[in-house]
Amino acid sequence: MPHAPAERVHKMYSEGGSFMKGMLLGGIFCIVATLLSSFNFGHQQHTDHHNHHHVNAPSKEELLRLPEHKRIELSQNIRVYCVILVEPKDLAYWAAVRETWSKHCDKAEFYSSEEVKVFESVSVETKDPWIMLRKALKHAFDNAKDHKWYFIARPTTFAIIENLKYLLLNKDPDQPFYLGHMVKSGDLEFIELSGGIVLSSEALKRLVGVLGDSSKCPEQGRMIWKLPEDKELAVCLKYTGVFAENAEDTEGKDIFNAKSVNSLINEAMAQTPQEVAESCCSDVAVTFNGHSPNNMHVMMFGVYRLRPFGHKFHDSLVFLPPKDSDND
Amino acid sequence: MAMMSSGGAFFLGFIVSTCTFYLFPMEAPLYKNLHKLDMLVPSMNNLKVENESLNWKVGGPALINLEHPHLKGKDSSVADDIYNKVRILCWVMTCPSNLEKKARHIKATWSRHCNTVIFMSSIDNPSFPTIGLNVTEGRDQLYWKTIRALHYLEQHHLNEADWFLKADDDTFVIVENLRWILANYTPEVPIYFGRRFRPFIRQGYMSGGAGYVLSKGALQRFVEGFRTNVCSHTSSVEDVALGQCMEKMGVQAGDSRDSLLRETFHPVVPEILLAGKFTRSLMYRIYCYYPTVEGPQCCSDLAVSFHYVSAELMYILEYYTHHLRAYGYQYRYNPRLPDNYTRLLAH
Repeated sequence: MPHAPAERVHKMYSEGGSFMKGMLLGGIFCIVATLLSSFNFGHQQHTDHHNHHHVNAPSKEELLRLPEHKRIELSQNIRVYCVILVEPKDLAYWAAVRETWSKHCDKAEFYSSEEVKVFESVSVETKDPWIMLRKALKHAFDNAKDHKWYFIARPTTFAIIENLKYLLLNKDPDQPFYLGHMVKSGDLEFIELSGGIVLSSEALKRLVGVLGDSSKCPEQGRMIWKLPEDKELAVCLKYTGVFAENAEDTEGKDIFNAKSVNSLINEAMAQTPQEVAESCCSDVAVTFNGHSPNNMHVMMFGVYRLRPFGHKFHDSLVFLPPKDSDND
Repeated sequence: MAMMSSGGAFFLGFIVSTCTFYLFPMEAPLYKNLHKLDMLVPSMNNLKVENESLNWKVGGPALINLEHPHLKGKDSSVADDIYNKVRILCWVMTCPSNLEKKARHIKATWSRHCNTVIFMSSIDNPSFPTIGLNVTEGRDQLYWKTIRALHYLEQHHLNEADWFLKADDDTFVIVENLRWILANYTPEVPIYFGRRFRPFIRQGYMSGGAGYVLSKGALQRFVEGFRTNVCSHTSSVEDVALGQCMEKMGVQAGDSRDSLLRETFHPVVPEILLAGKFTRSLMYRIYCYYPTVEGPQCCSDLAVSFHYVSAELMYILEYYTHHLRAYGYQYRYNPRLPDNYTRLLAH
């Protein structure tokens, strides 16, 4: 009897020990399972031709493989239609976009929640961001079929269309492309609107095809709560077999950015202080987000004019400055 | 409490652990970290700019540039040639309390494009490195600092460079564009350039903050002026006082505008000139020697300097100038090298 408590304690320890061993093994099992599943994911990237999750800008070698006349033909024929979604409260940004980067789109159309006297726009007569996006894309599809690529942005984004064309040069618009700064939210991979969304002709066609299907792509969204419009877009596109892909330059840097240059520079100042300007961002970045209207004018100067004398780029494409413009 | 068998306890532990992992999103951070590992490898390859610490030769307090930054994909043959024919020694006016706040960022950005750079301070600092000019700090000491600095350069570095550029520790400079302007001139001729201001001096003077550059001939005249007492410490307003000495010693105030007569040296940040109404202000129009221009033509594509530049803006301007571009874009402004360039010799 006097040994019983000791025995009980001993038994408790051994059970506790077994319990802990069980926890440990369970933990290891979970880690291994996660690792394996992510490796499978990685493996998939190489096997699927189009279902991989990132696209790259063409390398110099890839471009030089195309004959020169073909490259010139492509530079001239690749046409980007810009869909810019605005509201009256965005007036200062709207003005800056009109005076800066939108001049480099082959056609830029501003889709506004309501008619605004100061600037020309297509009014979609709704304040709901998802319905606005749907209507704008339907309008773009109906009116701009000859443009093979569609670039969607808010006026807080700054875009360099030449770099977008460079990315798209060797991609077939009759394939379903949905590109930009990709974010994973739970199971859903979507392109952030603030970094700009690129849709190929085929992707837009499929989207318009499913817009009328209220079981797959309803106006009020599929969830009880409202999802942001860029997530709703991803869900609808997924139904049509179009998946989001992150776009990177030949060195693996993101070319679509949902942050501003200032923000990225500050991060680089903390992480890689000896090579901040070299590592913060891509040389051929397409978008940045969150610059003030004044800073958009500075970026226009920085991209299209400011440079150090004595360096030449033997680029494989040629883009001419737009007519009736003097800040580029 | 019911007594469990060891096996039962083990099984229970296993279940608890598995459930914990899936209830709390442990896998997400794990995935993110794996992703980061993937990113680490390409970022090593991103170091296309040659390792800068190997490119400086420390010559006492001067950083002598052995191989200025080269970037992948660029044909820099013209820039390389002009680098050897228009040698610029950059000296940066700083102070001990600004070494970490400001001077350090200049060291990491634009000064790498100079042939030689020297940081001038009030106290020697062999590790940064800086030279101590035997002055105290303060606005009223600025001209003393300048006088001492120029004497130091004339004594120790006269034959290392053709041109001597002064910058503040909040000035951003695009040295390649300065070389393009100076390629049209002979360094033996006494002349100096900068953002030309009109008041006080007949031929005008150069704004201190926007940076100014003296030819070798001008530097020699300045020192001679002090030796012969033609020049002296007349005031603590450094740029005006220097302008006075220059005029007295027959050093010409040059026109630094580009071939379309657009300014290249700027006394403020780009945002103010490109987007603001600053250029309309009466003060600005009175001060500027040349007619002011509002809007995008305020500033040359081949801008040389900006002033009041924060640390963050230094890196942003370095990124805009030397990295970010529009692929394939044909610039509107395509100036040639000046005729005089063919007469310059490489060193």
